[in-house]
Amino acid sequence: MYQNQSVMTRSAESVLATSKVLRNTYALLSMTLIFSGLMAFAGITMQIGHGTALIVDIVAIAMLWFVLPRTANSAAGIPVIFAITGLLGLGLGPILSYYIAVNPSIVMTALGGTGAIFLGLSAYALTTRKDFSFMGGFLMVGMFVVIGGALLNIFLAMPLLFLVINAAVIMIMSGFILYTTSSIIHGGETNYIMATASIFLAMLNMFQALLHILGAFSRD
Amino acid sequence: MDWMKISSALFLIAMLVFIFPRMREAVKHSPKGSAKDWMGFIIPLVAVIGFIILLIQMV
Repeated sequence: MYQNQSVMTRSAESVLATSKVLRNTYALLSMTLIFSGLMAFAGITMQIGHGTALIVDIVAIAMLWFVLPRTANSAAGIPVIFAITGLLGLGLGPILSYYIAVNPSIVMTALGGTGAIFLGLSAYALTTRKDFSFMGGFLMVGMFVVIGGALLNIFLAMPLLFLVINAAVIMIMSGFILYTTSSIIHGGETNYIMATASIFLAMLNMFQALLHILGAFSRD
Repeated sequence: MDWMKISSALFLIAMLVFIFPRMREAVKHSPKGSAKDWMGFIIPLVAVIGFIILLIQMV
């Protein structure tokens, strides 16, 4: 009897902890998305060039790899995640300026499409409560192959390969959204700052890939 | 070849180097998924593909 009560208490505590991580992740994700959007707007108005955007992206990724893991378990992780997402948003400036000049509806469609895909996949993971932990290896291999393909295409400059890579990015990032959400639900991810970084990156990559695909198929 | 291409290539190579050990760990330690598990991934993925085709037709 006592043992059952103990198991139930632990289970209730675990559910509460999970919903707290999920709530904090979505709250921080919303704030970082707004901040990143404002920084992207700043990037457009300041008309930053592709070279500056590349430098800004490299700084953001370096912070993501080397600073965030060391600060994610403390309050210092919050300004770091805002700095990373802000820099990544700023780095979007040139690509957004380009598509706004070509056809502004592409940017709005890509933005709405990314939001809808994220909401749909999150709702799927939350309602079905499926465990997607089996996808970890597959997603990492997929990402490795996609980066290798992007590297190859810098030299080959093949439009078809570019489209295939962007389509693959959308699929892999969809998988990462399911994987991270499921990981939060099942207690694998207990740090909301790391969970936010993971979902933010998936959404950002998906948005850029969708922009390129819509841009390629646009009539303009 | 301009410095932008070289910098981008170096950035992507750094990414590959950074990801490789994590990929190896993930492949080694990920649980195996059953056919049912994979179907649970393929169904939303097909929905995403359908949605993107719809978006392409809109622009």
